[in-house]
This record gives sequence, structure tokens and C-alpha cells, in this order.
Amino acid sequence: MAHVWGMILKRLALGVVTLFVVSILIFMATELLPGDFAQEILGQSATPETVKALREQLGLDQPLLTRYLSWLGDILRGDLGNSLANGNSVSELIGKRLGNTLYLALYAAAIAVPLSLTLGILAALYRNTFFDRFANAAALTSISFPEFFVAYILIFWLAGAGGIFPSMSNFRTDPTLSEFLYRAFLPALTLTLVVTAHMMRMTRAAIINLLASPYIEMARLKGMSPIRVIVKHALPNALAPIINVIALNLAYLITGVVVVEVVFVYPGLGQLMVDSVSARDMPVVQGVALVFAGAYVLLNLTADVLATLSNPRLVHGR
Amino acid sequence: MGFLTGLAWLVAIVIGVIAIGWTFRAFTVAISPKPLAKELRTAPLTASFGMVIILIYIIVAIFAPAIAPFSETEIVGREYEPWDDTFLLGTDNLGRDMLSRLIYAARNTVGIAFITTALAFILGSVAGLLAATVGGWIDQLLSRAVDVLMAIPALIFALLLLTIVGTSIINMILVIALIDSTRVFRLARAVAMNIVVMDYVEAAKLRGEGLWRLISREILPNALAPLVAEFGLRFCFVFLTISALSFLGLGIQPPTADWGSMVRDNATLMTFGDITPLLPAGAIALLTVCVNWVVDWQLHRASGLKE
Repeated sequence: MAHVWGMILKRLALGVVTLFVVSILIFMATELLPGDFAQEILGQSATPETVKALREQLGLDQPLLTRYLSWLGDILRGDLGNSLANGNSVSELIGKRLGNTLYLALYAAAIAVPLSLTLGILAALYRNTFFDRFANAAALTSISFPEFFVAYILIFWLAGAGGIFPSMSNFRTDPTLSEFLYRAFLPALTLTLVVTAHMMRMTRAAIINLLASPYIEMARLKGMSPIRVIVKHALPNALAPIINVIALNLAYLITGVVVVEVVFVYPGLGQLMVDSVSARDMPVVQGVALVFAGAYVLLNLTADVLATLSNPRLVHGR
Repeated sequence: MGFLTGLAWLVAIVIGVIAIGWTFRAFTVAISPKPLAKELRTAPLTASFGMVIILIYIIVAIFAPAIAPFSETEIVGREYEPWDDTFLLGTDNLGRDMLSRLIYAARNTVGIAFITTALAFILGSVAGLLAATVGGWIDQLLSRAVDVLMAIPALIFALLLLTIVGTSIINMILVIALIDSTRVFRLARAVAMNIVVMDYVEAAKLRGEGLWRLISREILPNALAPLVAEFGLRFCFVFLTISALSFLGLGIQPPTADWGSMVRDNATLMTFGDITPLLPAGAIALLTVCVNWVVDWQLHRASGLKE
């Protein structure tokens, strides 16, 4: 077991390095602003004196490295600065919405992952039949649909005149669980439809890749039923690529929420980011990008670790 | 709309796709010379349907001014007029003819997506081939830089960069081309890595061929097949990203007609049960599906996979 922990520690260290580099990249974004931060905040009312005063107040007269270190220190303490548009604390803005976005992504994942695994196994079981062809064509089609197209079709079909579900999921107060599940159903369904196809195709491919191996043939010759061959013998060995694909799609869910949140007026991080980009509110965009990028890196890291752990050859060693 | 009506539409669409695909395949096989006909015969119905639609899109994009009944930006009537004889698909939120804007948008959206993909490809494959051929610290530098750029999700990174440079068409093209070229770089480098170690490349080096000639004459021709297939896939991604950005109001700016922003501008009509706003979104979806189907066929052929 020992060398597996070593391997995992190495991966974790690499993840920390990645996060660090991402933070540098996001910090440098402000440096690339034409003019600088102080000018940007003051806008029209920028006189040389006010700009100079604000620069000193923000510490912009310090060298680059000092500023980066203090910025990083602030972030580690949970302080992301203040919004340029309304002066609110960015951490507070994000804090209010982060939960909503995570719940939505989890909601979608809870539907999408079991669904796509089942469909993938079924497609592998009935490969080259009409069901498989149909599932394949449907998957390819749904990958190609823009999220907002799927979302509006669902709105048109399930909401609107005589519909069952609300087309807008903005809730002002804290909703109860059942209310949340009801109001967020359409956005979650949209996200599910967008990611299921890819996961299903990869599950099918990962299983079919193994079907030519000798131990599968052995199991078949023993007279095992096809479903048992696939679930008992092929699936455990196909786990590593499947876990990777699931993690990749969960990471995609986190960024995919941006468009879906805008369509359904869902009060999440994505909407905050889009509003801030059009207002060029740099601190907010930086903060949200940092959260998204962090989640993305963490998910990929988890996938790597899980894929390692699912491989007995690596866990037990020689 | 009832569930059964939806199902009936779905069946009708599937039958339509099969019919068009079959007709086009039979037609092209009949008129093309023998070697080409043999290839075309292997095309699944989905792929041949895809080729018809792509052809139609290209024709519409090129001859947009001749086909469109009105101009792109002219206000010709009241807002949100219903479908009638003059305005075949009604008018939009400012009273511009919907059909004309749909036709012009084919030119704008598809054209911009194509330019962006081409730019990403030139950038990515030149860097990738260079990294693989030269190796050493150039390879290390480029590869690590790409690793860093790929650590941030593409859409989020695009939004971050657009905040810095501001939203305009040129900026969007450059930002997306830069982000997308990292994916092309990975592929080009991986493919070229396998070619660089071949004997004929070694021989060419010993012959004293220069770097540029080595890349363009020895390596590129052998790396072309996977790169071309990738071009189709990347085009779909770029096209969807641009549409998403335009839909968010951060991409192609008004008054230029564009499918993404048309959906956004007319979305209110949806609540009255009017499907007009779905048409531009459908146009995006249809083109992406068709490109994917054709690429799928090509990849399948190239890989020689049977199961």
C-alpha cells in the first residue's frame, strides 16, 4: 500500500502547484488591464492626484511580487477584495451564490451519473443492435446541441402555457428541499441531457474495449449470461476510464452552469460572473474564476486518485 | 404541446433525415467518378445527410444578400409581428425581418467560427509541430505553458480574458483562438512525436534539410489526416462557444445578425408559445450535428474500427 500513498501524495502536491500557477495567471489578469486598477475604479473622475492617492491606498505602488503575495495571503484568509461596481465584499457575493451553484450541479449529477452508467452498460450489452445505434445517434446529437437550445426546448415543452414546471427558478428566500427540487428541475434536466451523452458513449467504449480479452472469453465459455459477464468481469476493469470521464463531466457541469443559469434566471455563480464580465468588474470575475478553476482542479485530482485506487495492480504492487 | 405530438414530430424528423440522406447518397454515387463513388457508398445515411446540410449552409452563407428578402439591419415593420406573407418568419424585437437576419447570421456566425478555428489551427499546429521537431527547452516551455492554460476551464478562461480586453468581435476571435489552440497543440505534438522518430525524418535531417522544410515537407503531410478530422470537431466546439458567448451578450455585438444573440433578444416570445426564437438555436444545433456526423464517419473510416 505504501507506494500508492506516495503516488497519491505526489498527485496532491502537483494539484497544489497547479492551483498556485492558476492563481498567478488570474492575478496577472489585472496587470494586463489597460491603464491600471486605480484608473479603472475612478473611471471618469480620475485626476492624477486621486489616482495617485488611490494607488497608495490599494498598495499599487508596491512591486509586483509584494502585491501578489499580499493578494494571495488575503485569499487564503478568505478576503477576495471589493466589487468595483457596488463596493460589496466579493467573498460575501460569492458565498451567497456558491451553495446554489453547487446544489444545482449535484442535482444534475445525481440524475446524470446513474442514468448514463446504466445506458452505457445496456448499449455495450446490446451492441450493434437498433437500441445501440439509436442511443449512439442520440448521444452524438445531444453533444452537438447548444445548452440554451436544450433549455428552451424544455421550457417550451414542460413549462410555459399549461406546463408543469416553472420556467424561471429564481427563489428569493431559502427554499425547502422539495421546493428546490421542483424549481430547479428544468435547469438540472438541461445539464443532465448535455452531459449524459458523453458519459454514456465513454462507458460503452471502455467496456467494449475489454470484450476481446481472454478472461471475458473464458467467462463466456463457462456459460455465464452476457449481463453477468459485463457487470461482474468487464465493468470493474473498465472503472478507471469511466471514473475519469465522470469527473471530467462533473467539471464540465461546473462551467456548464453559466449558460443554464442565465437562461433560467437561477441565482448562482455563473450569472454573477456574466454580469460582472459585461460590467468589467475585475475583482468579482477574478474571484469567481478562482472558485471555478479551483473546483475544476480538485475534481480532476479526485478522479486521478480514485482511478489509481480502482486499479488493484497499482494498489497491491509486487 | 402534448407528448404524442412531440413524438410524432420526432418520428417525422427521423424519417426525413433518412430519406434525404439516402437520396443524396444515391445521387452523388451516381454522378461522381468511380474511386470517389466507392468511398461515398460507405457513408452512413447520417453522414450523407450531414453533407447535404453543410452544403446548404455554405450556399446560404455565400449568397446571403441574394436570398434574403430584406437587409440585415433595416427596421421594416412593427416589433414581434407574426408570420405572414411579407415577413415569412415575422419580425424581431426591433422590427427587423427574422428570415433575413437568420440568413445573414449564417454568414456572420459560421464565418467567424470558421476564421477562429482556422486561426487556432495555424497557431496550435505550428507550435505543436515545432515543439515535437525541435524538442529540448522549446518543447518544455510550450508544453508547460499549455498545461497551465488548460488548467482553467475554457469558458471561464474566455470570460476572464474578455473582461480584460473588452467585448468585441476581434477580441473574441483572438481569445477563443488562443484558448482553442492549446487543444490543437496537444494533438499536433502527440502526432508529430511519433513521426519525428521515423527513419525518413532522420534521413532528411542528415540530408541537411532545414527546420521549416523538415516540418512542412516531411512531418506535416504525415500528420495531416488526424489534424483534418480534429478540425471538424474543433469547429463544433468553437462554434458552440461563440454561440454561447453571443447568447450571453459577450460575443458578436449588435447590430450584426447572429444566431446566439437572436435567441437571447427574442426569448420573451417563448413565453407566449411562439417557436420563432427556437429557429436560430435550431440552426446552430443542426449545423453542429451535421458536422459531427460527417466527422464521425471519417474517424470511423480512418481508425478502421469494426466493433
